[in-house]
Amino acid sequence: MDLLLWTAYAVIILMLMLGGVTFAILFERKVIGAMQLRPGPNRHGPWGLFQTIADVLKLLLKEDIIPAAADKKIFLIAPVIAFAPAFAIYAALAFDENIYGADLNIGILYLLGVASITMLGVLMGGWSSNNKYSLLGSIRGVAQMVSYELPLVLSVVGIVILVGSLNMREIVFFQESAGIWFIIPQFLAFVVYIISSIAELNRAPFDLPEAESELVSGFHTEYSGFRFAFFMLAEYTYAIAIAAIATMLFLGGWLGPAFLPGFVWFALKMVLFMFLWFWLTATLPRARVGDLMNYSWKVLIPLAILNIVATAFIKVWMG
Amino acid sequence: MNEELLDMITNKINQLTDEETVTEAKMNFHKPMIILPADKWTLTAAKMLRDDEDLRFDFLTCITGVDYEEHMEVVYNFYSTVHDHYLYVKVTTPREEPSVQSLDPLFKSADYMEREIYDLLGIDFPGHWNLRRIMLDDDWEGHPLRKDYITDKKAMGLD
Amino acid sequence: MSDLKTETMTLNMGPQHPSTHGVFRLQLEVDGETIVRATPVMGYLHRGSEKLAEGFLYSQFIPYTDRLDYMNAMTNNYVYCAAIEELFDWEIPERAEYLRVITMELNRVASHLVWWGTYLLDIGAMSPFLYAFRDRETILDRLNEISGARMTFNYHRIGGVKWDAPEGWIEQVLETVKELRENIQEFHTLVTGNEIFQSRTIGVGKLTKEQVINWGLSGPIARASGVDIDVRKTEPYSVYDQFDFNVPTREEGDVYARYLVRIDEMFESLKIVEQACNNIPDGEIIHKKGKKLMMLKPPEGEVYTRAEASKGEIGVYAVSNGKNKPHRIKLRRPSFVNVAILQDLLEGDSIQNLVSIFGSLDVVLGEVDG
Repeated sequence: MDLLLWTAYAVIILMLMLGGVTFAILFERKVIGAMQLRPGPNRHGPWGLFQTIADVLKLLLKEDIIPAAADKKIFLIAPVIAFAPAFAIYAALAFDENIYGADLNIGILYLLGVASITMLGVLMGGWSSNNKYSLLGSIRGVAQMVSYELPLVLSVVGIVILVGSLNMREIVFFQESAGIWFIIPQFLAFVVYIISSIAELNRAPFDLPEAESELVSGFHTEYSGFRFAFFMLAEYTYAIAIAAIATMLFLGGWLGPAFLPGFVWFALKMVLFMFLWFWLTATLPRARVGDLMNYSWKVLIPLAILNIVATAFIKVWMG
Repeated sequence: MNEELLDMITNKINQLTDEETVTEAKMNFHKPMIILPADKWTLTAAKMLRDDEDLRFDFLTCITGVDYEEHMEVVYNFYSTVHDHYLYVKVTTPREEPSVQSLDPLFKSADYMEREIYDLLGIDFPGHWNLRRIMLDDDWEGHPLRKDYITDKKAMGLD
Repeated sequence: MSDLKTETMTLNMGPQHPSTHGVFRLQLEVDGETIVRATPVMGYLHRGSEKLAEGFLYSQFIPYTDRLDYMNAMTNNYVYCAAIEELFDWEIPERAEYLRVITMELNRVASHLVWWGTYLLDIGAMSPFLYAFRDRETILDRLNEISGARMTFNYHRIGGVKWDAPEGWIEQVLETVKELRENIQEFHTLVTGNEIFQSRTIGVGKLTKEQVINWGLSGPIARASGVDIDVRKTEPYSVYDQFDFNVPTREEGDVYARYLVRIDEMFESLKIVEQACNNIPDGEIIHKKGKKLMMLKPPEGEVYTRAEASKGEIGVYAVSNGKNKPHRIKLRRPSFVNVAILQDLLEGDSIQNLVSIFGSLDVVLGEVDG
């Protein structure tokens, strides 16, 4: 019976998430469109609601091209490896006090660990395509991941010290009992987390692995049809997941005035993060490879460590 | 003032070899123009034009190849960013195996412009570091800007 | 690690690549992301304009000049017409010269706006492109109203211009200038100070004064390296000697300097347009002999005529043998000369800077390939 419930939960979440991705893409195009003096998609359905669905249908109908010189097995499996971990993240998220999947004691550890597997898919895809642009894209991607995984993990440590638990729900409950969201006491960590998560997600201004003006399309240049859709899906699933994690860690998860149910607050906070990313996409040029690495190692990591030390002192001092 | 410049240039070039190198010197639309045969147009002469204190023609603006039925010409347009004056140098070369000293070692701007003339007119530029076709395919036959070039419309799919 | 054997990789950037702005190929030898050698390959868009010119009547070649630098076609029109006029030694009606200046300068602003948008697109900022095109559109509307075409104007004629300004056009242009000035200032405030933008441009793709002169570079590229050459000032053509304007120059020679020079140039061009609109005289718009298009037979002779296009010095070397068709028309295309510097400039730089540097040269492939 339990197994059945779990499966049902997983299927529902998968469906919700696919729907979420559909509208996240629409949302992105609408937001960026509004910032660029144009209406964005508006042909399919009212307000362009069915645009993404039409796009997906088109992708599904496209021929699945595998380059002759590609390393076929790796080429085929790469999109799956990019997508599966992004979806696996959802297992340990809690959307409301009572809506949650696995209540892991090592929640954060699991989330961060699983999330970084996505980059493996990027590397495999870029490497196996046997295309020089893809290769350069995945080289960049790996260098970027190595640099930004560290500050991302370090930024969370402060919260773990304060809460004394790795469990995601515990962290939200702590914020509830303390009466304050972590964005205030852990503001430095929040800034580090947001910046490094953008780099993790390969979003502008850190979208170097797929910089279209330099590397054509980076690691997924050779992908078409359904496999390309998988990479896109992975990207947005991952983006939503990162937004969800940020919501739980820094914005108190489902907490909020009682006139709206918890999961609505949760969704609203996630939308806020998504909007922030789209906003940056529309306004900033792409960063330089060298600057990107420097910024991580010379600014973000020291800041994150500073935050850990300061938090530890406060914790000891306050008891 | 420009006439004085013309005399000065002519004298200086003639002094280089102690003979009448310049076959004709005239004003062309208010700017000095000197005409000399290809075998007298040397790197030394070009270097003198570039480095002489009074001339300083350091900016090679344009190189033009012209095909006349009886001979070919390469025209160099110089400009001096220091003294703000202009010069046409017209180098004549026979139509059979046309060849003019390349200015590439002195002026890098000659690099592409000479390649283009080689490509379209078939004038050889000894001393150029990389004299290959630039606009047309490497295996193109003939040089289209020559007056006796016959456009094979059929082969190009135009007829 | 140091004795690990590595190889360089050959990367063909183009002819189809988002950042080559057309069909241009860069043969790169790269070591990781570092460029060891760069060889430009061109000719994909070669239409043989110079060859075509020899088969046409003098007046028939004007539309072909539009297709060289299609972002700045007015100046191409002008310089060809001016070369033939010089062979004729004609006096051009002043109203025609004023209309030419207005159209050329408006077109220069449009060209720089396109550059501004596409350059930022190259370095990864998407939005400026759409803002730049909005304002370019208003300019194209004005040019459309006077010439009947949006990009390939075919407006200048040997001896003058084709059409007089329609009623109220001059006032509308003044209105547009005002609007543009505000908008360009806004662009400037929005982008120039951005830190990521600055880190991608300051110190990138440095060109020295000596390099510029030796490679024969002209236009904003030269002026950003401290070489103060602008044909409008060094050898004023048309009626440019009647206007009060500056030629912006900078000393740094990097991509950022080229960017600023172009922004400043837009303001100067608007200044010229404004002055020309306020002082435009009445009268004829074409030399009376210029109206007989089929009868144009310039006297024997040859001349090199130059003008300042948005990309640099554009020149026409016209050789006439006294017949009704030109003996030889040589087009000195600024992009073609400017693009040669890539061989020298890219060595040792990265692929990411390549995009930024190549974009900053502002080459148009129609002009490179002729």
